[in-house]
Amino acid sequence: MGDKFVGTPKKASVHVNQNEDLIFEKSSPGKKAYRLSELDVPAVDAAALLGDAVRTDLGVMPELSEIEIVRHFTRLSTWNYAIDLGMFPLGSCTMKYNGRVNELVARLEGLAEAHPYQPESLSQGVLEIMQVLSDSLLDITGMDSITLQPAAGAHGEFTGILLVRAYHESKGNPRKKILIPDSAHGTNPATAAVVGYQVQNLKSNAEGMVDLAELEKLVDEDTAALMLTNPSTIGVFESEIHKIADILHAKGALLYMDGANMNALVGKVRPGDFGVDVMHLNLHKTFSTPHGGGGPGSGPVACKKILEPFLPTPVLATKTDGTLTLDYNRPQSVGRVRAWYGNFGMFIRALAYILANGPDGLRQTTEDAVLNANYLRAKLEDVFDLPFKTASMHEVVFSDKLQAKNGVKTGDMGKRLLDYGFHAYTVSFPLIVAGAMMIEPTESESREELDLLVDALRQIAREAEENPELVKTAPHTTRLRRLDETTAARKPILRWKAPAASTPLTPDTAAKEW
Amino acid sequence: MRYLPKSPSDREAMLADIGAKSIDDLFSTVPAEYRLSRDLNVPRQHGEQEVIEHFKAFAEKNALGYASFLGAGAYRHYRPVLIDTVVSRGEFLTSYTPYQPEIAQGTLQALFEFQTMICELTGMEISNASMYDGSTGAAEAVMMAVRVTGRNGAVVARTVHPEYREVLTTYAQHQSIPKTEVDYDPATGRVDLAKLDAAITDDTACVLIQSPNFFGTIEDVAAIAEIAHKKGALLIVSIAEAVSLGIVKPPTEADIVAMEAQSFGVPVGYGGPYCGVIACKEKFLRQMPGRLAGETKDMDGKRGFVLTLSTREQHIRREKATSNICTNQSLVALMVTVFLTVYGKGLKELGEQNLAKAHYAAQTIGGTGKVLFGGAPRFNEFVLQGSKTAEVANAALLQKKIVGGLPLEKFYPELGPNASLWCATELTTRAQIDAAAEVLK
Repeated sequence: MGDKFVGTPKKASVHVNQNEDLIFEKSSPGKKAYRLSELDVPAVDAAALLGDAVRTDLGVMPELSEIEIVRHFTRLSTWNYAIDLGMFPLGSCTMKYNGRVNELVARLEGLAEAHPYQPESLSQGVLEIMQVLSDSLLDITGMDSITLQPAAGAHGEFTGILLVRAYHESKGNPRKKILIPDSAHGTNPATAAVVGYQVQNLKSNAEGMVDLAELEKLVDEDTAALMLTNPSTIGVFESEIHKIADILHAKGALLYMDGANMNALVGKVRPGDFGVDVMHLNLHKTFSTPHGGGGPGSGPVACKKILEPFLPTPVLATKTDGTLTLDYNRPQSVGRVRAWYGNFGMFIRALAYILANGPDGLRQTTEDAVLNANYLRAKLEDVFDLPFKTASMHEVVFSDKLQAKNGVKTGDMGKRLLDYGFHAYTVSFPLIVAGAMMIEPTESESREELDLLVDALRQIAREAEENPELVKTAPHTTRLRRLDETTAARKPILRWKAPAASTPLTPDTAAKEW
Repeated sequence: MRYLPKSPSDREAMLADIGAKSIDDLFSTVPAEYRLSRDLNVPRQHGEQEVIEHFKAFAEKNALGYASFLGAGAYRHYRPVLIDTVVSRGEFLTSYTPYQPEIAQGTLQALFEFQTMICELTGMEISNASMYDGSTGAAEAVMMAVRVTGRNGAVVARTVHPEYREVLTTYAQHQSIPKTEVDYDPATGRVDLAKLDAAITDDTACVLIQSPNFFGTIEDVAAIAEIAHKKGALLIVSIAEAVSLGIVKPPTEADIVAMEAQSFGVPVGYGGPYCGVIACKEKFLRQMPGRLAGETKDMDGKRGFVLTLSTREQHIRREKATSNICTNQSLVALMVTVFLTVYGKGLKELGEQNLAKAHYAAQTIGGTGKVLFGGAPRFNEFVLQGSKTAEVANAALLQKKIVGGLPLEKFYPELGPNASLWCATELTTRAQIDAAAEVLK
């Protein structure tokens, strides 16, 4: 690796990995990886039963043996970076350790095989899990009521803003607009639009925080809510949060909190205590359910009493005999946002995380997450520009200002981290920081792993001075080098076809419905 | 706490490096009146063994050791062991959304394989990399059709899963998308084609049907497509029982397929997480919501995969995005991919076993009452018009550790209290079917 680094990477070295074609390219007729149980009822003639509706051809569906399938997916797995291999300094994503006992308990037969329509008398165990999780999340957030139905964070936002709208409608006027800071996640404005609101942009002040004077000017009787992330996306607690809430409430508007950064607050501060009316949680962030390469997530929504009548159906309730039930009789409900009750498998894992931690563990977790971010800030602020000097909570946002002088951008340094055995930090977000480098270590990193990241980033900063080309063309040691994303989007190839037929969509056909 | 990798002296040394006296210094921006001065009221810290015991106790309060005839959108199928072998690998389980493709080729290639197999099975040209589930996928498909056609209304068959229709109502309520429901033909349990034809107007963006429908009946997709297309509306076909695709002709006449892939190796798990998917004709690509994996090359010309066409998505387009959706169901899509790889062309044989079991169950259990909607082909479900109310029948079945069919009166009052929806898959045994019939006799 000598010529590929200015210094010496401590965490990573190059090793052989296996090549592997697409599964379809490995298929040959007549191979099988399954055998069905013997049929214990009379066989049927599918063509006779189904008539014209019978299927005769399964096209390119693969035919392989079991060992080939195991190797296929195992080889693919080795091409991935993962928490189990090392740190993800990804800001806003809370890539923490995923406890393995969570996976074990989620697979217990009585839970994994529970049918969503099985009688309530045979579902008390699953309902209790939902109850204990709900109660725990309510105390953690300081809110009054909760729904576990939303399938992900953005789905939780959708649900939360539906509650806001239903609340205002019950007062006779749904109102017109949602205020969203320019530092917000992209899902916030997209959500407001889906619920039929206009998005009004709220400019941050010089410290990257909510500008109270600006807020006061913008909030009026047409404002339905402010969607706020706290700590903000620059990792700073909105110290004047109570004033923000007061300004909104004075005009009858509500305060929605995006709970993406809840890992900075659990056990230390409760949104319900500082004026938040409704918020979502990301169980796949704060409560350690695995990201799984992009899902499944789970996005419970907690709210104050005033919004409780509008929660999606059904709502968990206790009958007079003490048993749990699902209450569908909710005349003011916004309706269902998903079939059944949500991503139940994620509820199990999140509750297992809460049980493994307890109140002391949850508090220590938050403290360690904040400690880790501040440690990285202290160890790196002499080599990277720190646009906002306010005290950091669980994440720190640097910028590429110093390195950009040599033509090295945040994206280049992010890619270069891959060569040093890390995932990139969050690149170019939040949008209010030019060349943002957003780093969230989480509590799961030891001092040793943090020091490795510090060492890697300091070496990269040195490379940006001494050999900027090396950084600008990174990564150099990964299985593949930078991929051509432009061609991927201009001439999309979105499925495999047998070689003779493999032609990209033409720009014409792809753009036609733009 | 066993997940936290720091010793007390690490913490002290780190605070010293930061220049903070105590951890509380780091929370100084939080106004004192909002700092929590008590322990959270959550269960105490548990050891690993205690966590397992806790959940075993929960699990034992559920139906354990019961035979079940429930389907209705959540299907019990055999899950090959390889599925959990693969998804338990930390490199898949604990990886992030593949925004750094150089170190996420495993997830990306698997998603590309997923998309290919979904296209092959549904007869569509392109597929996304998954959605939350079948219910939200169907609602997103309707909104997609509104964008594509520039029209507003949705005509929805009453034979679409009732909970999917409820979700659509929630999604559509603030989009000014009027929704009209079309009844079924009482003889066949299929969409009433004359009523469908009458319900479609010049402002109808799409017709949404499900096949096999909620009663297990296979719709006449070609005839419905002709009616929809004649009036310039798109046809969306929802598929809740994906295993049907092994033996039932794919809905190639549809413009968009919004399916639930749970049947392909995903545990019923009390309703989630599942795996929705939207597949469609390629000309609608730019209006497709959700993540897409695409093939490309790296700087050295080697084949690789990336998430592509993200200019449709919320993190780029913000309030102008095709949807607010961010996450997909990657790990669940991986379960589906492994399942489909294990079965491959054997999906046909699996489909045939389901047909055979359901046929036997319809004859045997159906013999205790009447099977409705005999005038159209079915896959693995049937509606029983029993001799007793479903409530009474199910109570008797529970005594024999059998969970009977889903009572339908709540969703379809016109079918009365005796109607219930039964499902038999390859996991249902002849002995279970015979035992249920014996109770109902």
